[in-house]
Amino acid sequence: MMGAETTPSFGSPPPREEMESLVLTDDQSTYRSAMSSSSLPDDRHPLSAVPVSLDAGDPLLSPPPPVLQGPSSPSSSFLDPPSYADSSEHLSLDGDSSSRSDHSSSTGYARITVSEPLKEQETTNSLVPGSNTYVTYLITTKTMDPDLGGPCEVSIRRRFRDVVTLSDRLAESYRGFFIPPRPDKNVMESQLMQKQEFVEQRRSALEKYLRRLAAHPVIGKSDELRVFLQAQGKLPLPTTTDVASRMLDGAVRLPKQLFGEPGMGYVAPQEVVQPAKGGRDLLRIFKELRQSVANDWGGMKPLAVEEDKEFLERKEKMQDLEQQLSIASQQAEALVKAQQDIGETMGELGLTFIKLTKFETEEAVYNSQRIRAADIRRVATAAVKASRFYRESNAHTVKHLDTLHEYLGLMLAVHSAFSDRSSALLTVQTLLSELSSLEARAEKLEAATSKIFGADKSRVRKMEELKETIRTTEDAKLVALREYERIKENNRSELERLDRDRHDDFLGMLKGFVINQVGYAEKIADVWEAVAQETSSYAKQSQ
Amino acid sequence: MLSCAGGSNSGSSAQSPRSPSAKPFLSVSVTEPVKLGNGVQAYVSYRVITQTNLPEYQGQEKIVIRRFSDFSWLRDRLCEKYKGIFIPPLPEKSAVEKFRFSAEFIELRRQALDIFINRIASHPELQKSEELRTFLQEDEEAMERTRSHETGIFKKKPSELMQIFKDVQSKVSDVVLGKEKPVEETTPEYEKLKHYVFELEDHLSEAQKHAFRLVKRHRELGQSLSDFGKAIKLLGACEGDPLGKAFSELGSKSELLSIKLQKEAHNLLTNFEEPLKDYVRAVQSIKATMGERANAFRQQCELAEATKLKEINLDKLILIRSDKVPEAELEYRELKAESEEATKKFETIVRLMGEEMARFQEQKTADMGLAFHEFAKGQAKLAKDVADAWRTVLPKLDSCATLRAK
Repeated sequence: MMGAETTPSFGSPPPREEMESLVLTDDQSTYRSAMSSSSLPDDRHPLSAVPVSLDAGDPLLSPPPPVLQGPSSPSSSFLDPPSYADSSEHLSLDGDSSSRSDHSSSTGYARITVSEPLKEQETTNSLVPGSNTYVTYLITTKTMDPDLGGPCEVSIRRRFRDVVTLSDRLAESYRGFFIPPRPDKNVMESQLMQKQEFVEQRRSALEKYLRRLAAHPVIGKSDELRVFLQAQGKLPLPTTTDVASRMLDGAVRLPKQLFGEPGMGYVAPQEVVQPAKGGRDLLRIFKELRQSVANDWGGMKPLAVEEDKEFLERKEKMQDLEQQLSIASQQAEALVKAQQDIGETMGELGLTFIKLTKFETEEAVYNSQRIRAADIRRVATAAVKASRFYRESNAHTVKHLDTLHEYLGLMLAVHSAFSDRSSALLTVQTLLSELSSLEARAEKLEAATSKIFGADKSRVRKMEELKETIRTTEDAKLVALREYERIKENNRSELERLDRDRHDDFLGMLKGFVINQVGYAEKIADVWEAVAQETSSYAKQSQ
Repeated sequence: MLSCAGGSNSGSSAQSPRSPSAKPFLSVSVTEPVKLGNGVQAYVSYRVITQTNLPEYQGQEKIVIRRFSDFSWLRDRLCEKYKGIFIPPLPEKSAVEKFRFSAEFIELRRQALDIFINRIASHPELQKSEELRTFLQEDEEAMERTRSHETGIFKKKPSELMQIFKDVQSKVSDVVLGKEKPVEETTPEYEKLKHYVFELEDHLSEAQKHAFRLVKRHRELGQSLSDFGKAIKLLGACEGDPLGKAFSELGSKSELLSIKLQKEAHNLLTNFEEPLKDYVRAVQSIKATMGERANAFRQQCELAEATKLKEINLDKLILIRSDKVPEAELEYRELKAESEEATKKFETIVRLMGEEMARFQEQKTADMGLAFHEFAKGQAKLAKDVADAWRTVLPKLDSCATLRAK
């Protein structure tokens, strides 16, 4: 299957690529969390714990302000710490797409929302009732498309299968680009569909995915995306057919290819724009596989190699970046959890003290008890306040550090783009080898014919066929080379774009993180400072 | 180290000052914990320094070496002798093996022992005790002898032994006679007090548990800040300057804050969690005293009843002019004396408990007030340090321009 995964469908892939995909599989959980809506596994998401732990119906606690409500969450004033009120522009509440959604206007989509998941029934009759239900999502796009009469809103319904189709078609059409990875499929789809949580997660992931696609300078303008977002009714893109059925088609052709039936033995030029692997042409797959083995184990260097030193350097840098991102993303998750924990415990301590102060007040016999009850109450109130600040601060920290998870997910796209490049190179190499062996055959045939006096009709015919094959293969080689160069150029421009985007996004992340930390730390300091003042007489007493 | 000004509000010192201007004082400090011995028999010894001008004590300053079991001995003696008084609690006897000799644990224990001995030294009754004097003055060998003499049955005086047998007897007869429940005090005031003490212990234990967890959370946050800082630095190495430098600065600050968090964790443990634990122990000491009071009450009731029965029996004998009258009269008088003593004992406990409760509440308000102050101070400082550290990173970030074309 083409697309983000480099799953070997036939024999073993080139070892280099396998090394790359090993990095992927080692960090499955990180990637999965990178691609799911909340970037932390649900049981650790600070906000999923929020309603349970502190709202024990206590009068001292006001309900926590709604923070992560999606795009429409208000920029509450509590966020602007006094000393940094003017830096509030750096704060991105709508972390993941605010900086980039500014740019989606240039690609024609102002706002994409995914909502209203609905269970629908498959129209074909099935023996088992309920087994063919699926979920559709309402996708609403504010578009500037002139064909639709200028700025307007379009709503269509799509199911997840359509998203897979979109993703596959984009992967084919935009080789060499860093295409944002689509949300995971799930094996136990029908069972998981029942869970409210899963559907919500997927809805959110889809929204993020579509927005990222729209924000991409090239893909955002693609026909595939436009058609996905705007075409009513069934998605008018070719679906990805089963690998098995393709293999079957290919198996039918193979004998004819092997027996040299005219028109079957060579590769049509237009086909080389896609790698052999995952296609239907078994013979072509064999040839490219043989070539890749020869590349790695054969004594001779292939006839074309990756020469671009700058690219190789950058590739190494990408690998380094990926490693550091993975670690940083893990530590970010741990940091968020630690902050959440300390806030929770502080809150529990506060609640316990509230109970204690009520108790002492009710049972007071001595005046000293009443004084102590008042002291306890001061501490309790402060602890509860501080706990709330920790929680709020953390909600923002999650969003800021989310950038790390996002870029980690993007590394998948980079891998894909690089493997587009290497498979295009492999196609070129295969064709070059083939050409050289065809030309060698032609030479031999030439030499043999010249020895015989008088042209042998069958030999002449063979020579002509051979020459025809060589010509076609030459054409294919030229097409393949062109494709390779095109992909190289895509890689290069994408790398530059990635560097720029990453610089800005990381800068925004750090700024947001720091400003948030400072603001809340100041607030917490004030709360405790007040209590320290109020209890300062005890310090003097003990001296 | 608490110095006791002899003329404190809760009572007057028993001795008149040597000279009109010198106020009597007794101040003790527990210092210099030293690990001695090997393996299973290893223990920690402390230097106990006493400074006083009280005439009962030998001179101005005395230094002795004591270990935990010596403190324990002192407390046991005081508990026996001064029923009704809330004897200050000791820190926990046992600890997880590997933790027992960690620097932090030893220091916490030393502090707790220092507070313990000073509370005794500043208590109007307890400070006069012979046991305290022995503890503070005796040289180490004499101390050992005193301790070993009083182990087991030999520490009990004969009359106390009799009492033990009588207790056992009456318990047995209770069972035989079918008296299931032991007699209990049921005045509403005392009921309220009992309820208060038991519930207080629950609340305090919970608070102490959360305080301990809070210490742990600080340590965990410190650890994750350290790890995060390192990772951020490495990530920044993938970026060019000036963004790379900003990453590096942020990472360094994160590591710095990690250290501050560990410090605050220790501060919390010593100045907030430990006082809460101490509070819990004090409440447990009150419960022990309440146990003593219950015993004394029961004894008083039983003896009063026994005396009444004896009186009725005596009157009967007098009426029938029996020759057993003198004997019975003697028994009656003895029993009556015992009963009166038991009543006196009980009433002493009640009186002392009343005084002690007032003192206890005042003491705890002061203790907790200080603990709260330290807690708030520590948290405020930590938060300020956090704000300051992150704030210094901002100029570096502001100096990075955005690359993206707007």
